[in-house]
Amino acid sequence: MAVSSVSSVVGTASPALRRLFWALWILAAIIGGIGFIERLLHGDQATDFSSYIPWGLWVAGYIYFSGLSAGAFLLAAAIYVFKIRVLEPISRLALLLAAVTLPIGLLLIGFDLGHLERAILVIIRPQFHSMMAWMVWLYTTYLILVAAMLWLSYRSDQPGRGPEAATRDRARLRVLAIIGFPLAIGFAGGVGALFATLAAREFWHSSLFPIFFLVGALTSGTALVTAVFAWQWPRRDAAWKDIMTIMGRTVLVLVLVDFMLELAEFMTPSWYQIGSFYELTRYVLFGPYWYVFWIVHLLLGVIVPIVLLAKNRSPIITGVAAGLVAITFFAVRLNLVIPGLVTPELRGLERAYSDPIGNRLTFAYFPTWFEWQVLLGALAFGVALWYVLIRLFPQVFSSPAQSSEVGQ
Amino acid sequence: MDRRSFVKIGGLLGGALGAADLLIIGDALANPPADQKTSLPVLERVKAEPGEDVLIRMQRELVRAMNKPIEKRRWGMVIDTRKCVGCHSCNVGCIMENKLPPGVVYRPVIDLETGSYPNVGRKFVPRPCMHCSNPPCVPVCPVKATWQRPDGAVVIDYDVCIGCRYCITACPYQARTFDFGENWDSKAAAGKDGPLALQTGRKYAREPSFEYGALWHRSEGVIPGSPVGNARKCTFCVHRLEHRQLPMCVTTCIGRSTFFGDLNDPTTLVSQLAVQNNAISLKPELGTSPKVFYLL
Repeated sequence: MAVSSVSSVVGTASPALRRLFWALWILAAIIGGIGFIERLLHGDQATDFSSYIPWGLWVAGYIYFSGLSAGAFLLAAAIYVFKIRVLEPISRLALLLAAVTLPIGLLLIGFDLGHLERAILVIIRPQFHSMMAWMVWLYTTYLILVAAMLWLSYRSDQPGRGPEAATRDRARLRVLAIIGFPLAIGFAGGVGALFATLAAREFWHSSLFPIFFLVGALTSGTALVTAVFAWQWPRRDAAWKDIMTIMGRTVLVLVLVDFMLELAEFMTPSWYQIGSFYELTRYVLFGPYWYVFWIVHLLLGVIVPIVLLAKNRSPIITGVAAGLVAITFFAVRLNLVIPGLVTPELRGLERAYSDPIGNRLTFAYFPTWFEWQVLLGALAFGVALWYVLIRLFPQVFSSPAQSSEVGQ
Repeated sequence: MDRRSFVKIGGLLGGALGAADLLIIGDALANPPADQKTSLPVLERVKAEPGEDVLIRMQRELVRAMNKPIEKRRWGMVIDTRKCVGCHSCNVGCIMENKLPPGVVYRPVIDLETGSYPNVGRKFVPRPCMHCSNPPCVPVCPVKATWQRPDGAVVIDYDVCIGCRYCITACPYQARTFDFGENWDSKAAAGKDGPLALQTGRKYAREPSFEYGALWHRSEGVIPGSPVGNARKCTFCVHRLEHRQLPMCVTTCIGRSTFFGDLNDPTTLVSQLAVQNNAISLKPELGTSPKVFYLL
């Protein structure tokens, strides 16, 4: 049964399309693998990071993927905690996506470190005053929790499991979800706080930032679950359509709320066109990377999905819109990290001393091929992890036993 | 215990043992190793007199401060922008002293032009680490790899730093740079001087740095040799202070515009300059309380 459900998952696409997908994956894995080796041998030398813009594409990738994970998890946890029966079929899918996306983010942030081999020190000798130490501890706890929840969820479905044991498993699952709720809220908002707590960086130093990160995580994570559910769910039945309608509406509301917060974040400090924040807003909107905001984010990530979601009830269109939201959210993450670093903290510093060899004392940044290469590799790793996990746990595409209670 | 292992152990225990660690450092510095001088006989033969070179005075004050327990000193620096001629020799001296690779800089000199032609002015602002009394870079470190010593110098343990660069983003003066592992032998000059430039660059790359009184041989690789892959910053030349030497930037300043000494001693030159009416610190509104002051 397991094998047939997996083959039906992969079989939702035509054989030609499948071959193309795997060919692309192999290409991405090779390119990314070369990037990984380059990173291990020569550190961050081939990046365009500098001492003045020390964080770039990979940090944006890290907050993007950890946001996807937190969002997907919060969706799953909400289904368990609030017993949203109608959405129960997607709870495992959401959990599994949460378990896959976070390692992608952690891989990227690991490669960002100058001394990857010392990452364990954050566990051994943490400084809990540091937001970053909190993040690492929360992630670690969260990963263990997600693994435990997945395991419980599958065990409750095992054929040999009696109804009493299964009920006990589900109760435990609910307890874990309740624990996970504040944990996921904590780290999704906490990533925002990691930036927002820095008084030196005006662009980040706002109370709204952690909230914005949290809502962003919910929006992008929910959109990802919706897109994957639309694309990979094996049974295109009435229940699938119903869930797609609900998820489409949820994504629409979240996109609107997130956009409202974005308006507040950008417009409040720059309304009267005075102050350094105004300059940073101008950089985002009209700077060298204006297209990241206007085209990738606003057009493809907000306007098109809103139009599609508001007007259409077709599950496939809903899936496409959600997919657009989930993918283009990367632009939002980039626009949160980079603009916070582009202006010199002291006027004239950019011309004080230069680095003719590595160009590390500059306030200009554009991700190099190598940075994209590693990002591609991390993505290929995530896709591989996803396919391994859905083969190991094909039950992810079967509705949990609880769903039979719907309507009882 | 040699000094390197002392620094390493001090660093490793630094966060975990907290106050106990301070006692160890204090104790070790109160009983310096045999190769360290507690006095400079040459200096004793130079009589203090009005109008003497400020370097002599600061040297004398340095010896006096170093003979106090570490927690009784508080290092500070004053930079007279009216005397600074913008020659960058403090920066060059610093680079040579600490064998800084390309991209790493502790004391860039900011060249500020004000006004518009023909009414223009020019001002130079050397920018070392401010060694803030309330340093924003310290609490952000996830592994306690950076801290403020009892004498006020903000330092980094290269053997612990994981290279996350959080401290770099937290510094409002951008006084921390990252060692990406580059060397001066790449992109060396072409033409007839090419081989010489390459040879010099290679030789320089092999030179160790003596920061924090240890020997640092940089190297890249799967496990980079620190300080490659670390955040780096001005240390107030604490390794030189141990030997009763003023920070390199102070000694190479041709205009005598950089002053260094113990702010806890009201008779020192820096203490007297730092309280002048024209003394300011950068971004005081942030509450970082820098120990580097500028005279306007």
